[in-house]
Amino acid sequence: MDIPYTVKDRPDTGLYNGKLGIWLFLASEVMLFGGLFSAYVFLRTGAESWPTGADILNVPLATLNTLFLITSSVTMVMSWASLKLKEFDKFKLYAGLTLLLAASFLVVKYFEYTAKFHHGLFPSTNNFLGIYFTLTGLHVIHIIGGMIVIFFFWMPGAKMWESDPDRFTNRIEIVGLYWHFVDLVWIFLFPVLYLL
Amino acid sequence: MADLTPEEIKHHVKTYVIVFVVLAFFTIVTVAISYLDLGVGASVALALGVASIKGALVASYFMHLIDEKITIYWTLIVTVAMFLILMFLPLGNMLAQTKI
Repeated sequence: MDIPYTVKDRPDTGLYNGKLGIWLFLASEVMLFGGLFSAYVFLRTGAESWPTGADILNVPLATLNTLFLITSSVTMVMSWASLKLKEFDKFKLYAGLTLLLAASFLVVKYFEYTAKFHHGLFPSTNNFLGIYFTLTGLHVIHIIGGMIVIFFFWMPGAKMWESDPDRFTNRIEIVGLYWHFVDLVWIFLFPVLYLL
Repeated sequence: MADLTPEEIKHHVKTYVIVFVVLAFFTIVTVAISYLDLGVGASVALALGVASIKGALVASYFMHLIDEKITIYWTLIVTVAMFLILMFLPLGNMLAQTKI
């Protein structure tokens, strides 16, 4: 039995099912990160003193990571546009670049985390580091999850392009929406944790 | 986004590149602002203001929210309302402490 509305839009929603599904998922993600941002405000406003992020964290590395994620968002949307233009080779190139940039983000994050641990700074050290590791750790998990899905569509899942190109293009649009959301979260995490 | 012609897609690609340049520029602006001695209130307002502009650009152009179906807009309106409630929950605490 075929799954309905994987390519054509449903008459009632005006969307194919996957697209509505990912937006509902992203809505739940907003609440997940929203709860933690709310906790951050609670902790900060209730604290006697609160460190400036730049005094503890590495701003140049975080700036580099911000540029990595912004660039990966562009390459992700370019991979979708390439499929729309029926240019599969360019899709492979842009999706590969997205994975490379995501991996670069994780490498930088690894050096950031290990530097903190080396200096005896752990989530249990104080509330600032507790919320820093919680928010960035959850974000890193989202990056890894996105990389797994993008890798699947980059390698084994790309076979669908031969059999059902429109459905495959929609799948890339969906994973792209998730990836841009992950970028969006970092756009707010960066100033909140590192600069203020 | 289903019925775009190749010409329209190529136009979109140019927009993506422009948005990328603007995002990179605003990232540098965000960092530069943090080095200015503006006081906590102004720093928070400016940093979150620039982040909001960047977020709006990503959502509007990369996530295509500038041209989406009403179903998604309604979903997001409810989500934003709930998110704002979460953000304003600590407001009472913030006012009691009268500091950021």
